[in-house]
Amino acid sequence: MMVKPKTRIPIPKRPAEERIKDFNEVAVGYTEKEAIEEASRCIQCPDKPCVAGCPVGVDIPRFIKFIREKRFEEAYKVIKERCPIPAITGRVCPQEKQCEKMCRLAKIGQSIAIGALERFVADWAEEHGIYIDKKPDQQIGKSVAVVGSGPAGIVVASDLARLGYQVTVFEALHVPGGVLVYGIPEFRLPKKIVNEELKKLKDIGVDIETGVIVGKTVTVYDLLKEFDAVFIGSGAGNPRFLNIPGEDLGRIYTANEYLTRVNLMRAYMFPAYDTPIHKGKRVAVIGGGNTAMDAARTALRLGAEEVYIVYRRTRREMPAREEEIANAEEEGVKFLFLVQPVEFLGKSKVEALKLEKMRLGEPDETGRPRPIPTGETITIDIDIAITAIGFNPNPLIPKTTPEIKTDEHGRIIVDKEARTTMPRVYAGGDIVVGEGTVIEAMGWGRTAARTIHKDLTST
Amino acid sequence: MMNFEIINRKNLTEGIVEMDVHAPRVACAARPGQFVIVMACEECERIPLTLVDWSCRGGWIRLVFQEVGVSTYKLGMMDVGERLYHVAGPLGNPTHIDKFGTVAIVAGGVAIAAAYPIARAFKEAGNTVVSFIGARNSRLLIYRDHIAKISDEVHISTDDGSEGFKGFVTQLLEKRLADGFKPDLVWVVGPAPMMRSCSVVTKRFGVKTIASLNPIMVCGMGMCGACRVRIKNEIRFTCVDGPEFDAWDVDWDELLHRLSAYREEESYALKLFLESRGIKVSR
Ligand SMILES: Cc1cc2nc3c(=O)[nH]c(=O)nc-3n(C[C@H](O)[C@H](O)[C@H](O)COP(=O)(O)OP(=O)(O)OC[C@H]3O[C@@H](n4cnc5c(N)ncnc54)[C@H](O)[C@@H]3O)c2cc1C
Ligand code: FES
Repeated sequence: MMVKPKTRIPIPKRPAEERIKDFNEVAVGYTEKEAIEEASRCIQCPDKPCVAGCPVGVDIPRFIKFIREKRFEEAYKVIKERCPIPAITGRVCPQEKQCEKMCRLAKIGQSIAIGALERFVADWAEEHGIYIDKKPDQQIGKSVAVVGSGPAGIVVASDLARLGYQVTVFEALHVPGGVLVYGIPEFRLPKKIVNEELKKLKDIGVDIETGVIVGKTVTVYDLLKEFDAVFIGSGAGNPRFLNIPGEDLGRIYTANEYLTRVNLMRAYMFPAYDTPIHKGKRVAVIGGGNTAMDAARTALRLGAEEVYIVYRRTRREMPAREEEIANAEEEGVKFLFLVQPVEFLGKSKVEALKLEKMRLGEPDETGRPRPIPTGETITIDIDIAITAIGFNPNPLIPKTTPEIKTDEHGRIIVDKEARTTMPRVYAGGDIVVGEGTVIEAMGWGRTAARTIHKDLTST
Repeated sequence: MMNFEIINRKNLTEGIVEMDVHAPRVACAARPGQFVIVMACEECERIPLTLVDWSCRGGWIRLVFQEVGVSTYKLGMMDVGERLYHVAGPLGNPTHIDKFGTVAIVAGGVAIAAAYPIARAFKEAGNTVVSFIGARNSRLLIYRDHIAKISDEVHISTDDGSEGFKGFVTQLLEKRLADGFKPDLVWVVGPAPMMRSCSVVTKRFGVKTIASLNPIMVCGMGMCGACRVRIKNEIRFTCVDGPEFDAWDVDWDELLHRLSAYREEESYALKLFLESRGIKVSR
């Protein structure tokens, strides 16, 4: 018998006009009742197509079944078997392109809100003091150095520590977490949650040393003397530029600088925190990814009156998470599609941005339609510009370690099992894929941990 | 000893502090010309400071800074036994030290201390080192004995004429160059306008000049772009591509306007801070 599927329970959010006044989290999460109701929509497909869509292979139907049965602790344990940081992935994964895309219900109605359920379970566990991370009983007598404390590094450290390795994470910045702390804003991923997840890492015996820039403070060669293996998860934090006239004018930020000032340095609390930021009234953000959405929504919260997203293709091609595009729209960010910046205008500070109108042509090498210039231009008045047009891999480690080969984009070359071209050195995450996602980076971390364990125990 | 603990602290002169900090990893990797990013407290800014001296065996690094903004005031108020919140480094590329022949070191103000390890390294590499150091007045001529010890000649200038040549250190350099002084290399560090003047002078006399730039930084590791400068019309990051560049290639106007980007915010924050501490502002 065919029944019409029920519609998805929307994840409750604070109203747009309220939330743009502060940096507190936008989504408030399901109540127990809502979670159970949403979980009850799951039809428990025996072949579990959603699991295939999850880069770390969480047994999704099984944890959803536990939610339905109100056995939240068991649900948490199921997720934790595969994902060490569910409170984070539940919030930032592009579920609509992964697990939820594969959901059978997506074909006949709306997919299960897997991300919202994952988040519910993780938050429930935290609230109820459910603690399943503990130091393994036995140490294996081997040590691994992890470079970078983003999602890739976190997973490698977590997996190997659980197997009994002595793991030390080296992080350049003063706070661990990578993009999770310096890039993704508080209103989308509260730093408290990142800190709780990192604390669990320390609880299972991982050492985290901040202020160590591998390649400068210590080299990969030094680490190889001290440790049995080295994992590199140094990310893709090197911002790209438009290379158009006027880009040196004042008040033109890279998204990384803008977001780092606000998130990592807490410039939104200036002068209680010492790092300043220019707030601006009319802000243009150039780009269509998560970084652009985050910068635009941050600008709104800093008090801007008009915030534009300037993107050279259309909404459909934007790489950002669907939910964040919708949130940005709700909050009043204005989208200018099919425009390409050609010049920043102003005397010493930026005053206007000249844009050329584009149209879409044949697909390019990324498979998306190529924007083609039309020759027609428009100019918008702005007092802050933020460029969010992508990143290159961080070049520091390959530059100081020639044995680690990179491709023409500067990405570290690895085999399928995350081995670099240098013995005992492994890599994963954005330093390998360029610009990926949190969960992809975690997937790499998982692969690398498995390979390191295999390589170190087979000899 | 705890990491980042202050093990020595003294006032070199009014408003300029010298501090030794326990940071063994940095101390063992440091080379002349490199810097560290320092945070005095959790709410403080990340500020770049040149490594003035260090000892791998002793596990310490030496920093010299002038109290000019909230962050440096807070740092200056810390005492022996306290710990800095964060130290990262050494950052940037070391100075290219080689035997060039005669090297002129030009340094102004608090940056005289920053010039010291470089001058020493040039001397140790067998160069004749001729130092030009300048400050507003004779009391602010810090590190002159250090510089004197490793220089073959020292020339001094003060803005008010209280010691040595009356005028800017770049004017003093210009005078010597006009008198026939022919260094093989000029290495300059100091306030950006001073480095720009130096660059103008040495270009006129055709002496290759390396400048150590001091833009505002946030990350110090090539991730944010706050420190970007135009070098030969290309965007470069001072923290990872520098801090030293050929002075003639630097777009000084851009550097100067970037340095002044937060002037209003800085003086506002400083005023609040000093008032909250009941400190009278003399300047
Ligand atoms: C603003 C923004 C928003 C995003 N939003 C999302 C989202 O919603 N969902 C999603 O899935 N993905 C998102 N992404 C992408 C995602 O954050 C990244 O793909 C992911 O963080 C990559 O993880 P990683 O571990 O490879 O590197 P990173 O998270 O970049 O971490 C690398 C770490 O290594 C450190 N490091 C670098 N070099 C060194 C060195 N030499 N020595 C020591 N430490 C070093 C860095 O300081 C950093 O902490 C976003 C990215 C940005 C910038
Ligand atoms: S200070 Fe961030 S890139 Fe140089």
